[in-house]
Amino acid sequence: MTAAVVPMEYGLALAGILFVLGLVGVLVRRNIVFILLSIEIMLNAAGLAFVVAGSRWGQPDGQVMFIFILTMAAAEVAVGLALVLQLAQRFHTLDMDAASKMRG
Amino acid sequence: MLELLWLVPALPLGGFLALALIGGRLGRGAAALIGVGSSGASALLAFFVAGTFITSSRRVQVFRQTLWNWIDVDAFTPAMGLHLDALSLTMMLVVTFVGFLIHLYAWEFMEEEEGFSRFFAYTNLFVAAMLMLVLADNLLLLYLGWEGVGLCSYLLIGFWYQDAANGAAARKAFIVTRVGDTAMAIGLFLLFTQLGTLDIQELMQRATRQWPVGSSAAVAAAWLLLGGAVGKSAQLPLQTWLPDAMAGPTPVSALIHAATMVTAGVYLIARTHVLFELAPGVQLAVAVIGTATLLIAGCSALTQWDIKRVLAYSTISQIGYMFLALGVGAWSAAIFHFMTHAFFKALLFLGAGAIILTLHHEHNMFKMGGLWKQLPVTFWTFLIGSAALAALPLITSGFYSKELILLQAWNAPNGGAWLWAGGLLGALITSIYTFRMVFITFFGEAKQQAGKRPGTRIHAPLVILALLTMAGGFFGLPEFLHRALPPLPHGNESAVSELALETVAAISSVLGIFIAYLLFLRNREIVGQLTATEVGSALQRYWFSGWGFDWLYDRLLVRPFVVAARANKSDIVEQFYRIITDAARASYAALSATQTGQLRWYAKAIAAGAAVVVAIMVLL
Repeated sequence: MTAAVVPMEYGLALAGILFVLGLVGVLVRRNIVFILLSIEIMLNAAGLAFVVAGSRWGQPDGQVMFIFILTMAAAEVAVGLALVLQLAQRFHTLDMDAASKMRG
Repeated sequence: MLELLWLVPALPLGGFLALALIGGRLGRGAAALIGVGSSGASALLAFFVAGTFITSSRRVQVFRQTLWNWIDVDAFTPAMGLHLDALSLTMMLVVTFVGFLIHLYAWEFMEEEEGFSRFFAYTNLFVAAMLMLVLADNLLLLYLGWEGVGLCSYLLIGFWYQDAANGAAARKAFIVTRVGDTAMAIGLFLLFTQLGTLDIQELMQRATRQWPVGSSAAVAAAWLLLGGAVGKSAQLPLQTWLPDAMAGPTPVSALIHAATMVTAGVYLIARTHVLFELAPGVQLAVAVIGTATLLIAGCSALTQWDIKRVLAYSTISQIGYMFLALGVGAWSAAIFHFMTHAFFKALLFLGAGAIILTLHHEHNMFKMGGLWKQLPVTFWTFLIGSAALAALPLITSGFYSKELILLQAWNAPNGGAWLWAGGLLGALITSIYTFRMVFITFFGEAKQQAGKRPGTRIHAPLVILALLTMAGGFFGLPEFLHRALPPLPHGNESAVSELALETVAAISSVLGIFIAYLLFLRNREIVGQLTATEVGSALQRYWFSGWGFDWLYDRLLVRPFVVAARANKSDIVEQFYRIITDAARASYAALSATQTGQLRWYAKAIAAGAAVVVAIMVLL
């Protein structure tokens, strides 16, 4: 059994902190670029949790999941940046609250 | 050949299914081919079946075919079974053959109309349901056909549904006949609970065994079945729907509201004649209803200006004759008159349709006039049909059947001079209104130029029906029917009396034509003077409105019902449904308020929701 250099709890706590940071960023920021950044942080927090758990159980699945998350994040960024461009062109701002036309 | 009997109703049913499923995608030619072809094939097959039945089965009076068990619950086992005897054979032949001719006619008549394949789908379904009705071996299957023809009648009266008045006429026909149908359904329940079967032949045998003549159960059952017959056959007091049913296309009026469906009540009573023999009081009521109806409808027919309404009232009146015959126990005479009536009334309706078509949908007789030169084929065939309706002696089938009924009305044990006198007066009125129609429509000065002349597909049915109208009296149908129905009752009158009655009937027919000639061709001012007097104009308005039955029912039933419905609008059931709608509205408002359109609000909602889900998973 390999010696666990970093205890799992520490890793999970770090992932949790990163996730909450990201979530707060999404909820608080109005600039769409920062919102995308925050989502990226949340995704990586989730990925970190996978990797930590995978290393705790000595299984490669966690790292496989992280590669999936990376792929998905890349796709998400592609869509997200396209949205940023659209927002900038149509509303001449990066403020998300400007795009609230679909009110109930 | 007899084993193919099931195909006779199955073919038009198949035509209906084909037209209903893919009719919209077919062209007019293909749709007509399926519609006319399936009914023609059915008629042809019916002929072969009839030929086999009549020639090879002198001893076998009945052919039964059970296809499958329809329902099987304890003792209640009505089958999908067909019963062919002389009575249902006659009905089947008339329905398929007249039905085929009318389909052929409709091919040309409906050519320009929207919903061409829809029309043939409905009429095919009608023929199938009508055949089910006449061939059924149990009352439940008969009731299925009974409701099927009612449905088709509703659909076809309202065929031109863009006009709201047609829809109203269709609903009226449906609802008024429903009154009778409900009575009939209760009658079926009664028969089943009392006798434990719905198979007609078995039912009749058990009824004669278990019920003495005049027993209350027999009387109740006969009354309830009579209710159904009265509704379907437009007799007093449920006759108000038939004149309005003329809103449908003319081939429909010929097929459903003259030749076949409206006589279903006559068939029902003839089929269950044993029950009526067990209830002599009800049988007398049948005769009285028939006589009253034939007089009332005849008077109304005298005053109509719409050619189709004249024919509608005359149909009610002629079915009154059939009821009179049933009421005096002359079952075969009623079916004989049914057959001749199917021929000549279908002929008259189709002739009227040809006139209406060439005159661009003109129904008013007083705007026609002088048509005999412009439409010779229609004129001559219409004249033959009218002569049969007026029972012109010796050469028309209508004379033989009506004369037989009048004879029985006097001679039969439960007939009498009063019934005979009513029938005779009716015959006089019949020939007056019939030739009033002929003289006004075809003679006098031409008021309109005829448009497009009718073609072969209209002329062929007219000519064939005209031939049948003349020949129909010589088939010896009553003798044939006595294989299935009791023979004509014998009174104690001598042959001289029979000849005397015949002579009187013949005189009344000719006299009626002469009166019509005097009043409506030679000198029309007499009629004008008659209707100008106070009594005359009041009577004319009264008769024109069908003796005010619509007015009476409107005041007596429709309006109180509407008032009660309004008053009862917000009852407890209504409250329950109101709560549902209010709850739906409130939750709609609450949920739509959450749709702010702000992305961060949605993100918050998702985060909160995730937190709740996690909390639930942790806590539980």
